[in-house]
Amino acid sequence: MSDTQQYAIDRFSPASRIAAVAALVLIIALACGPWWAGRADMRLLSELFLYMALASLWNLLAGYAGLVSVGQQAFVGFGGYCLFAMTMFFGIPPLMAIPVAGVAGALISIPVAFLIFRLRGAYFAIGTWVIAEVFRLSAAQISALGGGSGTSLPVTIVKSIASSRALREAASYWMALAILVVVLAIVCLLLRSRRGLALTAIRDNELASQSLGIDIWRAKFFVYVLTGGLTAAVGALIFLQKLRISPDAAFSVNDWTAFVIFIVVIGGIGTIEGPIVGTIIFFLLRETLADLGALYLMILGLVAIVIMLRAPKGIWGFVRQKTDLDLFALSRRVVTRKKHQSSHANEDNKGEPHEPQTT
Amino acid sequence: MDWLNAIIQGILLGGLYALFAAGLSLIFGVMRLVNIAHGDLIVLAAFLGLMITTTLGINPLLALFVAAPQMGLFGYALQRWVLNRTLGDDILPPLLVTFGLSVIIQNGLLEVFSADPQKLNAGSIETASIAVPGGINIGVLPLLMFVTAVAVIAVLQWIFYRSALGRAFRATSDNQDIAQLMGLNKSHIFGLAMALSLVVVAIAGIFLGIRTSFDPAAGPARLIFGFEAVIIGGLGNLWGTLIGGIILGICQNIGAQINPGWQLLAGHIAFLIILAVRPRGLFPRVDG
Repeated sequence: MSDTQQYAIDRFSPASRIAAVAALVLIIALACGPWWAGRADMRLLSELFLYMALASLWNLLAGYAGLVSVGQQAFVGFGGYCLFAMTMFFGIPPLMAIPVAGVAGALISIPVAFLIFRLRGAYFAIGTWVIAEVFRLSAAQISALGGGSGTSLPVTIVKSIASSRALREAASYWMALAILVVVLAIVCLLLRSRRGLALTAIRDNELASQSLGIDIWRAKFFVYVLTGGLTAAVGALIFLQKLRISPDAAFSVNDWTAFVIFIVVIGGIGTIEGPIVGTIIFFLLRETLADLGALYLMILGLVAIVIMLRAPKGIWGFVRQKTDLDLFALSRRVVTRKKHQSSHANEDNKGEPHEPQTT
Repeated sequence: MDWLNAIIQGILLGGLYALFAAGLSLIFGVMRLVNIAHGDLIVLAAFLGLMITTTLGINPLLALFVAAPQMGLFGYALQRWVLNRTLGDDILPPLLVTFGLSVIIQNGLLEVFSADPQKLNAGSIETASIAVPGGINIGVLPLLMFVTAVAVIAVLQWIFYRSALGRAFRATSDNQDIAQLMGLNKSHIFGLAMALSLVVVAIAGIFLGIRTSFDPAAGPARLIFGFEAVIIGGLGNLWGTLIGGIILGICQNIGAQINPGWQLLAGHIAFLIILAVRPRGLFPRVDG
């Protein structure tokens, strides 16, 4: 009787333990970027970080909450315009303006959600696009921010970020890295939480999760507002780096939604690793094929269609199917543990599911 | 008088929007597919019309009779080889595949025709107008578009509710599996629905090309107008779609009358207000 088998819930697998350590090392190495990377590399990496953040957010929205939006450019552009307005009119320091833009984005997404949540499925998608168009056309009416032709960030504000050019470039690189880490951490923590379990259940089967008592509307609303806010914060940073904003650039469906969707579809929708893998592939493709111009976009569209038809779970879905690999400790596994004291045996055995459950 | 004129022109413009919307509404009704590439297909049809008029030297209104069957065949092939594979319980694949298609069409047109705006020249009919009492002139072309839109919707309505093909459409729409058991081939039916949708798209595209200039990036806006007309009118109601298009056209023209910058914004805002007040549209289909 001294050796009783006990069950416990384990969040980490050996792979995710290694991945967590590797991620930490990688983040530290990337944070040292200004000391080892050239100016062009840093710019490319910043862009990669920002796209990875946008892709992770879109994946949370579409892959987990089932809210397929083709209008996330609304929040990217809104964040960008918020940053310009706050720094130029109210003298808020640019670094402060980023979180403020995030909060503003979350606030504006509340009435938007109430309106477009009335539309279902694919009609929801086009509804989000209408919202983005309304934002774009409204931004073009703000004459103080240049109307339809846009405006540049005044030099004094740019200089207030840091005094020297090298320091400014390093600062903008760190900000991009920081926002990516924040976004990934939030997505990861959310998915590990109780709410995340509900979201995963909704992803797998909406009807079944509803019958288990999950309030689907509220779960979706929460994700929509969260991603709206974070997307606006990323958008603010994107346009702080570009130093120039115009309605067409800020609310571009190609730049902020089409690319992001392709990244997520190619990488693997509905997994946290998918957008990360997808972004890296997207940038590799872009660096090799970008000279092709319009043809490059056609290839990208074709690749996305073929993946959606042949391997709808994307590259990471394929890897996972072959290797059962999870780099992020999101799932819950029931493991058996040998224990010597039998006194605890009854406590842990309250009719919990015994088969391994991966979420 | 300017206002009355704006409203009349808005009603006529609404006919064009109803043409944008009718194809979208049709395929949604039959197979619950929302085609994100719909607007780009309209622009593709306009470019096809341009190619036909320049090579054959005929009036674009005649070119329609060449373009429409081509678009129909293309629609059938597209549905059978690509889109049928995406249909199922999951809404994501059709959405993302048509989104990819939209990007491919846009950039393909850009590669072939460049970003320059193009226009179809229909000759003297473009400037002809009929004077009506009250000092208002009604253009022959807008009137022709409106009449065509009404005719297209009447024909679609007839096909849907009076013909054997329509019965097949409605049966597959109600229950795909039982329709299969009754001897209907749903892949074929869906192919025919998409073919019909793209014939309407061809009509819409040619009229679009005659009315305004167009370029490869003009598609998404047409998709949005069509979509708004469908939602305003109520899902699944073709006559409602016509009224939705008219409401959208009137709102845009009134907006433009107040301030040219507000033309599109006014249409979108009217759509959002109707969405807020009557989420199922003004005339939802009663049998739901």
